[in-house]
Order: sequence, then C-alpha cells, then structure tokens
Amino acid sequence: MQYEGQTRIPSGCAISGIFSRSGKKFSGDDIIRSITPMHDRSNGLGGGFAAYGIYPKQKDLYAFHVFYDSVRAKEECEHIISSCFDLDAAEKIPTHKIPEITDEPMIWRYFGFPYPEQLESTGLDEREFVSRFVMKVNREVRGAYVFSSGKNMGVFKAVGFPEDVGRYYCLDDYAGYCWTAHGRYPTNTPGWWGGAHPFALLDYSVVHNGEISSYDANRRFIEMYGYNCTLLTDTEVITYIIDFLNRKQHLSLKEVADVVAAPFWSEIDAMPEEKRKYYTYLRNVYSSLLITGPFSILVGYTGGMMALNDRCKLRSMVVGEKGDNVYVASEECAIRTVQPSLDRLWSPRGGEPVIVTLNKGVEA
Amino acid sequence: MGINYFMPEFNVIRDPDRCIACRVCERQCSNEVHSYDPDTGKMKSDDTKCVNCHRCVCLCPTHALKIVKNPDIYRTNYQWDSDTINEIYRQADTGAMLLSSMGNPKKYPIYWDKMLINASQVTNPSIDPLREPMETRTFLGKKPDHLERMTDGKIRTDNMPPQLKLEVPIMFSAMSYGAISYNAHESLARAAQELGTYYNTGEGGLHEDFYKYGKNTIVQVASGRFGVHKKYLDAGAAIEIKIGQGAKPGIGGHLPAAKIVGDVSRTRMIPEGTDAISPAPHHDIYSIEDLRQLVYSLKEATDYKKPIIVKIAAVNNVAAIASGIARSGADIIAIDGFRGGTGAAPTRIRDNVGIPIELALAAVDQRLREEKIRNNVSLVVGGSIRCSADVVKAIALGADAVYIGTAALVALGCHMCRTCQNGKCNWGIATQRPDLVKRLNPDIGAKRLVNLVSAWQHEIMEMMGGMGINSIEALRGNRLMLRGIGLNEKELEILGIKHAGE
Repeated sequence: MQYEGQTRIPSGCAISGIFSRSGKKFSGDDIIRSITPMHDRSNGLGGGFAAYGIYPKQKDLYAFHVFYDSVRAKEECEHIISSCFDLDAAEKIPTHKIPEITDEPMIWRYFGFPYPEQLESTGLDEREFVSRFVMKVNREVRGAYVFSSGKNMGVFKAVGFPEDVGRYYCLDDYAGYCWTAHGRYPTNTPGWWGGAHPFALLDYSVVHNGEISSYDANRRFIEMYGYNCTLLTDTEVITYIIDFLNRKQHLSLKEVADVVAAPFWSEIDAMPEEKRKYYTYLRNVYSSLLITGPFSILVGYTGGMMALNDRCKLRSMVVGEKGDNVYVASEECAIRTVQPSLDRLWSPRGGEPVIVTLNKGVEA
Repeated sequence: MGINYFMPEFNVIRDPDRCIACRVCERQCSNEVHSYDPDTGKMKSDDTKCVNCHRCVCLCPTHALKIVKNPDIYRTNYQWDSDTINEIYRQADTGAMLLSSMGNPKKYPIYWDKMLINASQVTNPSIDPLREPMETRTFLGKKPDHLERMTDGKIRTDNMPPQLKLEVPIMFSAMSYGAISYNAHESLARAAQELGTYYNTGEGGLHEDFYKYGKNTIVQVASGRFGVHKKYLDAGAAIEIKIGQGAKPGIGGHLPAAKIVGDVSRTRMIPEGTDAISPAPHHDIYSIEDLRQLVYSLKEATDYKKPIIVKIAAVNNVAAIASGIARSGADIIAIDGFRGGTGAAPTRIRDNVGIPIELALAAVDQRLREEKIRNNVSLVVGGSIRCSADVVKAIALGADAVYIGTAALVALGCHMCRTCQNGKCNWGIATQRPDLVKRLNPDIGAKRLVNLVSAWQHEIMEMMGGMGINSIEALRGNRLMLRGIGLNEKELEILGIKHAGE
C-alpha cells in the first residue's frame, strides 16, 4: 500500500477554532472540548491542534516541532538544524502516554534563530531562510518531518481522535490566544503522523475540511515557486498558496481569499467598474490558484485567524461571537459546547472570508 | 498516350429505379463526374474523377446515389497496399511530389483516445452545471509576476500585459483567405464574434470586408508576409507569427495559382495567377534571438497593445523550442500537432514529419513549469481536436485553450474528401470559384459553428461538473483528473499521468 506522500488521499474532517481578540490566553482545554462533539466527523486516523501565543518566553525564536522515525533521522536533522540555527533549547515535547495513541515517533522541539552570518550569506530574508530549511529537511532527510516552524506558536498532531491527541500532548498545560483543531477522516489508512492536520509553514497553520478538485492544477502551479508538495494533501497545497500570496506576493488575507475563492464571473461582470477590474485582474493573474471543490479552512497566523469557505459553500462552517471571543467550527455544537450563550452566530457565505485579529495595541 | 495505370478509387452507384435524370448531380459536381446522355435519357458517371465528397449524394432528391470504395483493388499485400501502389504510379507518371490535404490520415496512436477523465464520487460532490455556475472563461497572455500598488495601497490593475479574453477555450485555427473561401471566412468571423472567441486569418491577409470583426480576429504573419501591413496588424486582437504548421513542419505554405484570383490576390498583395509560395523559414528568423526581434518589431508596430502568438509545429525538440519562445517576449505559444489539417501539403511530409500534439503539449507544459516560466505564456494547442472530450483532456494536460480547424470545416459541411488542393470544393469551403463559394451561406455557416462550439461548451461543462470543478482554470494542468489506458510506462511518464487503476 502507498503511504501519504506517495499517493493522494482525500479526507473529510471536522474543524474548530477559538480566538480571543483581547489576547486573553486560555488553555487547550476549551478547544479539546469544542472538537469532541464532532467525534463522528473523524475516524481516528488523524487529529491535531495549532496554538498561538504559547511560547512567550521564546517568542522571538523559531519553534520547530519535529517527528523522527529513527535515531539516524534525528542525528541527520539535528546536524542541519544546529549548523543553521543558534539553538536555545532542544527538548522532547511533553506527552502523556494513553492507550488511544500508539506508534508514536520521537517528537522533539527546538527553539532557535538563524545564525546572522548564515542568513547574510544566503541573501534571503529571515522567513524565506527558515521556510527553505523546513522544505529541505522534509524533502531530504528520510524519517524526519518538521511539522511546525513559527514563532510563539506550535502545532501538535498525531494519528488518533483529536480529543485523545489533545490529552496526549497535555494541551491543558499551554495557554494561547488562538487555538485551532482538526479531526480527520481520511479514506484510507496511511497512519502517518505527519499526514495529520494542521499543516503549518512558518507561523501559518491550516486546518481544512474538504476535498479540492483543483488540487493538481494548484500543485503544479505552486511548485514553480519553490514549494515541494511532499504530502500530496489539500492542506499542504492550500498552506503553500497562502504563504505564496500573503508572504511572497504581499497580498492581504482578504485579497488571498479573493484569489482562492474568487467570485463567479457572472457576479464580477455585474460589479461597479473598479471592483470589476480588481477581481478580473486577480482572477486573471492568479487563475491557477483558484481553489474549486469543497473546502472550509481555518488559517492561523501571528495575531489573527481567517475562516474561509469555498465559493459554493460545499462544506458547513459557522461562526459565533461572544464578547472578544470568536468561535469557528464545522458544526454549531462545537461552539455551543464551550460557549452556550453567544452574542451572534452566523454562517458566512461561500468565498466570504471572516478575518479576526487581535485588538489594537494587543501584542501577539 | 500510355496505359492508364489507375483504377478509380471509388465507384458511383446509381439506382436506375430511383434516378429521375434531374441532372442535379451533374450541376453540383465540380469534378464533372456526372453527365447526361441525351440519347438514352440517362445519367452517366465517370468514376475516375470522383473524390467522394458526397455533394451529389446529399443533394440527390431521390436518394439514388451512393459512393463506395472500389472493391476491385490490387492483390492484397500488407507491405504494398493500394495507396502505396497508386502513389508510385502517380509519381512515375508525373515526376512530381505528391500533394495532399487535410490532416495525417495514417494509423498512428491517437493519445486522446488513450486517456480517460475522472469524476467525483462520495468524497466530494460533483457540480450540476444546470443549477450552478460553471465557468469556461479564460484569458490568454503573459501574467505579471508580482503586483504593484498605488499610493493608496490599492492593487494596480492597469499594468496587465495585453490579453485575449475567451468565453470558451476554443478558437478557430489559422485558415487563410485563399485556401478557404470568402463565405467560409465570414462564417468563422461571425461565429467567433458571437461566441466571444477568435478566428485566425492564416497567412492570406484580411479581406477589407472583415476588418469589422477585428476584435475577434487573430492576424497572422507568416514567412511570405502576404497581406501584412500596418492597418492589418492594427485590425486584429492579436498577432500570430507562424513559424510552422503541424501538417507540414519545416516548410512554408503553398497556395496554387488557381486560387489566387480577384480579392484573394488583392488581399495577399500579390499578382493574380501567381503561386503564393511561402519560404520555408522566415528569412529574418534564423535563430531564437531573431524571433525576439520580430516579436518586438510587431509589438512596437502595434504599441504593445496586442498579445503576440508564436505558432510552431510539434517536432522532436518542441519543449526546448517552446522554452526559447517563452523567453522571446511572446505572450502565447500555439503548438500544432502532426495530425493538423492543411489546404495543401506534400504527402510525405504530412504523413511522416512531426509528433503527436498530446505528447508535445505534456512535454512543453511540464518544461515551462520546470523552468518556472509557465505563467509568462499561455499555451494553445491544435491539430487533431475532434470533440469536447479532446478539449477537456488537452486542458487537463496543461493547455490554456485549443484551436480547431478541421472540426470547424466539417461543421460548415466539409465531408473530408481531402482534395482541398484542387480548389474545386463542392461545399464552397476550400475553393475560390464563385459558383461554388456561393453554396456556403455565411448565415447558416456561422450558425452551425456557433452550434458546434456551444454544444462542446455544454459538454465541457458537464464533464467539469462531474469532476467537481466549476472553473476552467482549475482544470488547466490538473493531470490527476486524467488516467491512461493501454499506455506504456514511457508514454505515461511523458504525459505525466497515472494509468487507470493506479
């Protein structure tokens, strides 16, 4: 049988996200409770979380979370990492042994910053340097997989149901202002931890529910720009598209949404001139980055979170608000579980991004 | 006079019980197959002249006629078949090259028929084009590689290089006025306008009556430069430099003197009754750097307002050539496969030179992506597109749009008798004889072309919807949507697709 990365595996899913605009930090307990009632939307073959604001003491350092299949892979990866990064810490990620989670790889994390002379010699900006390092390890070091690489944020994922994965990683012990979660329902059983979601690059993390029909068109386009799609999953390609458009092409997240979930031509043609020109331009220039087929995604990034549905809204997604907190989930029950009384609850239209950011003056 | 070695290729079978000797067949046949015998009061036929164009069959009011392949053939021989023997007789008679028309009819693999299309089941929904928007609009031309913003932070939208906007990713490929008739051109022009797509003048210039269709016209500049002048360049929506043609890679166009009459001569700007023989190469393009100069000369001449297409035939080294073209300033590359049609080509070249468009397209698209320049150019392919499924497969392999030529002519009534080079087309398409030209009514012709492309568009939308794709750009280069059937590893590798069942 072929494993993740050797073949493409579609999957259905559950997603949930909680964001505090005031920057108030809360433990992983809420997000675990939120994803739990959607148990039936996943099948035990992948669960994961992304958390922002969890490493305040090392907030200026890149936090790398890495899976290792073997000691050799660890040595090989550590050799590369320690030659590129001034490391502050290298440690096992704390886990709590439970019977539901088995076959775990070695799970390590590193905090570090690129050596200035290394950075200078490549002529790259810091984030591009880090992103290339991540791609290089994932492409070239067999048995090593960097699955989280942002500052003051981290991804925690495993094969299992999300609520079990949350307990396994002791997410109670972390506090963040933004949490996203994912329960996976893949259509066969690769059982590989790296294939679970969220997928992350730098501080972008994506959880996604859907199966995009534009996958190979998107993949073949984005691979022109230095990305290697090694997992062959939707989430991977979506993350790269967001990174490319937001970080490299300097589009705002709203503009990114206007590319990947663009309005229909029939709608564009009926718009006033300036808007029509704007959408026509974006659709034309980035036509290969239009994403078709069902998706609902939650994009986490430093200081913000974006929720987006495909333009036909072929996947369910609801948003709730209570005070400074914003909740997004595949199903309303996931929100009500953690916040029964909401100020507002709505179902965003297809293609209409919901972007929430920290209030002015609040530091990420 | 020596012995006539030829056996007629076809037999004209006339049912005497049905024939009423109305002489329609006689009037309709430009090849003068039919004649009336006043002594017997019956129709006669000369089978040797018949090209099997079916004009008489279609117009016979009593359905008295049928044309069959002459069963009286040479003794069967796999190596020396009848065509081969006939061709030798012909060359022994004349000492000349053999001429043919329309596309390569030989039994080479048709890769379109060895690819199958995907559809959604369970894990994602198919989309119903009758109930949901289904988009076939596409733009051809170079895309900017980064955005610019104005001082207020808004994205600049006025810096887009010139584009062609297609409502459906199907254009009519180059067929010159001269090779085909005035009415055929008018049909194509009007259909292109109605469909929101483009037709292509070919290398024969643009008839003054058709300047009004300029917004839907691609004007061609070929090695003979026939009919090329400032006003002509300005008239079109895009300019196509024709380097090569799938039916005859490596040689230039050839329009026989018999077709250079009246308006054709004026439009081409050459004297009546002279052969219009285009040089094999452009004599100002002996290398890729020369192409760049011509591309920019044409851009200069038209104020950088029109995309420049460079059309090449699919040949061995097509990927590297396309890569060179993509860096030459061209906005669009058109590739013509070895099955591509023609009004006249040397038979040996038509049947033996060039490679299948499917493989060429896959190789070029992949190469341009590897070189990270796929967004610098659009890819248009032609030369064997027969139906909407071929279009879907071409786009999934990586094409932005397709050119159709033969299919368009068949829609106009062409019966594929493959004797365009004689200029006696009974259907009024590949002829300049006024009595024949008028048989093609441009009102009906345009309508039939619109019908054809609209029908294909509906079918494309159905297939896209089945795949869960609601925009043509999400299909472009989406090779996971294809599977090979009966292909070997190498073919799958070149096409960049998996085998069915994988």
